[in-house]
Amino acid sequence: MNLNATLIAQLVVFFILAWVTMKFVWPPIVKALDERAKKIADGLAAADKAKADLSLAEKKVVEELRKARESAGDVRGAAEKQAATVLDEARAEAARIIAQAREAAQGEAGAAAQRAKEVLRDQVANLAVAGAERILRREINAQVHADLLANLKQELQ
Amino acid sequence: MATEAPTAGEYIVHHLTHLNSTGHAQKAVIDWSVWNLDTLFFSVSLGVIALFFLIRAASKATAGVPGRFQAAVEILIEMVADQAKGIVHSAESRKFVAPVALTVFLWIFLMNSMDFLPVDLLPKIWQIATNNDHAYLRVVPTADLNGTLGMSIGVLLLCLYYNIKIKGFSGWVHELFTAPFGSHPLLYPVNFLMQMIEFLAKTVSHGMRLFGNMYAGELIFMLIALLGGTATVYGFVGHVIAGSIWAVFHILIVALQAFIFMMLTLVYIGQAHESH
Repeated sequence: MNLNATLIAQLVVFFILAWVTMKFVWPPIVKALDERAKKIADGLAAADKAKADLSLAEKKVVEELRKARESAGDVRGAAEKQAATVLDEARAEAARIIAQAREAAQGEAGAAAQRAKEVLRDQVANLAVAGAERILRREINAQVHADLLANLKQELQ
Repeated sequence: MATEAPTAGEYIVHHLTHLNSTGHAQKAVIDWSVWNLDTLFFSVSLGVIALFFLIRAASKATAGVPGRFQAAVEILIEMVADQAKGIVHSAESRKFVAPVALTVFLWIFLMNSMDFLPVDLLPKIWQIATNNDHAYLRVVPTADLNGTLGMSIGVLLLCLYYNIKIKGFSGWVHELFTAPFGSHPLLYPVNFLMQMIEFLAKTVSHGMRLFGNMYAGELIFMLIALLGGTATVYGFVGHVIAGSIWAVFHILIVALQAFIFMMLTLVYIGQAHESH
């Protein structure tokens, strides 16, 4: 419990240690601590921002989906309408074509029948003339009896 | 045993004598020509060890994920920085004062911790190494009044420095004569006397508190060792029980005294920043 020069030495050591700590220990560690604190704060802010962005994006997605669904419905309605129109038109066209074909066929058939009738008539007239020739055994002047034959023809019509 | 065993009184006196530059116990209460070599050796060594670990932590400090060692040092620094921030309100002063507090805390903690080594271990090794059965060695630098008063006087010098730096020399002298009782010519001597007593009491109690705790702790370890030294069953059981209890309790004292010394350092320097 005596005092001696150790006291002075301890005093000097005290200041040397404190100075070294101030110079080489304190600043780098405090700097690292502050930087880490800033990093963590930035990270938390970024996480918050990401969360906000995510919810915004989700909202947007829902909105887009709703829009897409709506426009898809519109497109389908339009397509159905168009398809119905096209079908109706096709149906009408088909009916028209069928009617036309039927008309043409009927006309042709009528003409053919007419022609056949005329041929038949000619032949009948010839047959009748030939028959009459044979009956009369005499030449009939076709010129003279043309009217007669024409009448006959008319009658056969 | 070659020599006869020392008596209890001789044992304790031997353990309480420093290894100093004279080679025998110091006679005068104050003798500025004597150095306590053991106190100097252990305090400087422990200071260097503490700084070595701190500098290692500081050189590896990054803002990234810290390792366990770095985290431990950072917890310590954060603790000291928080205390300093709460007590010393000048950020400029804290650049030096906070490292001082950290140094004081860690250094005193390590010096106090020398008490955990068995009381006879290092002295015995020293006696064998020097081949002298009467070689003295004390291993706890804070159980030497020179060690603790040296640090508390260091704190006093810092207080004086900051008093002058913050208030200016004339401002400080003015305060010495006008505080705490007020500005009146009749009160000047009283104020000055009070201020001087305050500085003296602060410094002496600062150093004495740590010294007294560690000295008493060391003494009790010696008494417990004497109990075991009786080489009886009761002595052995008593040594184990008392030694365990005192060592566990001493962990608290070691940390607490280091913390108290650090806090008082901050408080005294903080007071130097405040005008009365």
